[in-house]
Amino acid sequence: MIPAAFDYVRVDSADAAIAQLAQHGDDAKILAGGHSLLPLMKLRLASPAKLIDVGRVKDLSYIRDAGDHIAIGALTRHRDVEISDLLKAQNPLLSTVAGHVGDNQVRHRGTIGGSIAHGDGASDLPAAVLALGGTMVVRGPKGERTIAASDFFQGFLTTAIAADELLTEIRVPKIAGAKVSYQKFNRRAQDWAIVGVAAWKSGSASGVGLVNMDSVPVRASAVESALAGGASATDAAAHASDGLTPPSDLNASAEFRSHLARVLTRRALEACGA
Amino acid sequence: MKVSMTINGQVQSHEVEDRTLLVHYIREACGLTGTNVGCDTSSCGACTVHLNGESVKSCTVLAAQADGEAVTTIEGLAKDGVMHPMQQAFQENHGLQCGYCTPGMVMAAIGLLNEIPNPTEQEVRIGLEGNLCRCTGYHNIVKSVLAAAAK
Repeated sequence: MIPAAFDYVRVDSADAAIAQLAQHGDDAKILAGGHSLLPLMKLRLASPAKLIDVGRVKDLSYIRDAGDHIAIGALTRHRDVEISDLLKAQNPLLSTVAGHVGDNQVRHRGTIGGSIAHGDGASDLPAAVLALGGTMVVRGPKGERTIAASDFFQGFLTTAIAADELLTEIRVPKIAGAKVSYQKFNRRAQDWAIVGVAAWKSGSASGVGLVNMDSVPVRASAVESALAGGASATDAAAHASDGLTPPSDLNASAEFRSHLARVLTRRALEACGA
Repeated sequence: MKVSMTINGQVQSHEVEDRTLLVHYIREACGLTGTNVGCDTSSCGACTVHLNGESVKSCTVLAAQADGEAVTTIEGLAKDGVMHPMQQAFQENHGLQCGYCTPGMVMAAIGLLNEIPNPTEQEVRIGLEGNLCRCTGYHNIVKSVLAAAAK
């Protein structure tokens, strides 16, 4: 399988990428690691006329302690997120989830920004960033703005990033000492999660994100409120699929997904000591 | 577009379409057919090569993305007619049946040992989860990797 023809351009800075976006608009797509975009292009589900390769914009690859949060450059590869000592200490949910993206080879190429910008309801990291109440930083011709994770994922493969904007940074809170768990149910490592549950708990604070339980990554708010009200893991997990419309496909019916969400949420919460 | 990279220590420059995948660049432009195309969907790992020392699935990388970089394929492992220790370990432990997944398995296994030099059996199994073997030869593949690690 080969993608439809396109023009390729490599840029060496975020500003150069934004200038290219301004010129080509909706015809262009940003290429980072390529592990979400290239498979779609090979299946001809996406056929951008212009690919803007930001893969070598080195100053967008970092994991930094920014005081009250951890800042991660959009081009940081999954592998670097997975093995980061800073994240293991300050936000182990993100490093744990990054370690479950695809397989070794995929994690060597794929980037956190690529995964978040793709906004796939079936991919691991968007649900984790939602559960963490993270923030996305985007840059465009008018400058920089921040978008809360809860406002970011808007529809099927659709995010709040405008056509002329580039995702540059992901911010997650410090949750040192929190217990975390990622429960991913799939058949082979490189498959999307049939259902995934990313959870953290620290004292009375908690966050639960669900993978592949709707057309967008979702936060299990009903589970979080039940926990805050003192519910047990089992009782809170019973609310995991409340109000959601999970997809039905070859891997699982909507009913089975709802069942998986409840079981995996209970396991995740138990692992977090709830 | 003109794409140049160092493959197995040799500079290779070829004029290719922008959309050329790295695996096709390696096989068709450079004539190095040891790297196989299996699933073509970044699932099976048969096309695994090293890009700047790290294992990657070359069916999901554009040749253009590897422009100016260093690539190692299965052909680049043996030195002066002597197999790489990982290749030897696969031979000695019957780590293959039909052989189709083998180039990718060997490249992924070497990449794994670069990151975890003395892995447990479980770490080998998890580390190779991006590579599929349809002869169900995983048992001896894992044995081979553990043997290579012990060398």
